[in-house]
Amino acid sequence: MNETSDALARRTILKGAIAGGLAGFGLGAFPFPAFADADAKEWPADAFKSKNEAETIKALYGKTAEASDKVSLDAPEIAENGAVVPIAVSSTLPGVTGIALLVLENPNILAAAYKIPAGTQASVANRLKMAKTSKVVAIVESGGKLYSATKEVKVTVGGCGG
Amino acid sequence: MAGTIRVRATTSGDTVEVQSLIRHPMDSGFVKDAKGELIPAHHIEVVQFEHAGKTVFTALWGPAVSKDPYLKFSFKGGKAGDDLKVSWVDNKGTSDSLVAKIQ
Repeated sequence: MNETSDALARRTILKGAIAGGLAGFGLGAFPFPAFADADAKEWPADAFKSKNEAETIKALYGKTAEASDKVSLDAPEIAENGAVVPIAVSSTLPGVTGIALLVLENPNILAAAYKIPAGTQASVANRLKMAKTSKVVAIVESGGKLYSATKEVKVTVGGCGG
Repeated sequence: MAGTIRVRATTSGDTVEVQSLIRHPMDSGFVKDAKGELIPAHHIEVVQFEHAGKTVFTALWGPAVSKDPYLKFSFKGGKAGDDLKVSWVDNKGTSDSLVAKIQ
């Protein structure tokens, strides 16, 4: 994905926001404490604190990953702004249950982990912060095994401030 | 917090493509403010998408996800007019949710 299509997608979302905003207004009154309690525990705090690639993967999935050309990691060669780096992962592997993204030079290397239930495609796009030029690793969990793809992204301006 | 979620779900065949934007600072905990004091980490931890009583996508996020996070994924089995519920919770326990119609 390039930045232009991203920006366009965002625009269409904002257009739809008027309708969405109204719906949200009505629902905003509902409390959702059950969700907050149940899912905060689901968040893998240990994995998000880890500073080592192998440890992070182990904390998240309890095993190690092998490189695979069936994992496709779409990231820019050069990111001018490290605060917003568009990254997309997809895979042709069957039965994908999870996707994780690691930025190896960030203070805490795990950026995001996604759970993919049956029926949901093994494809996700998001935007990450990168402190500096770094390897980005995509991990895909398929059939109980882990597969990875790595790409180096050069960062001109870091995204972690300071 | 209300009105932080923008979501657009469109069908193509039996696949629903979902794009969402959530308004959130996603402070990493590494950035200093104008006074030189660290801004504490404040980021979304879990985002969940539900369709027909089933979770179709869960995002677990750390502070390295960009401010006002964008997300795109696709799932099978949805059709136009169905409800898609989006909910998130952050590390301070703040949450928001929204039910959108699939288009």
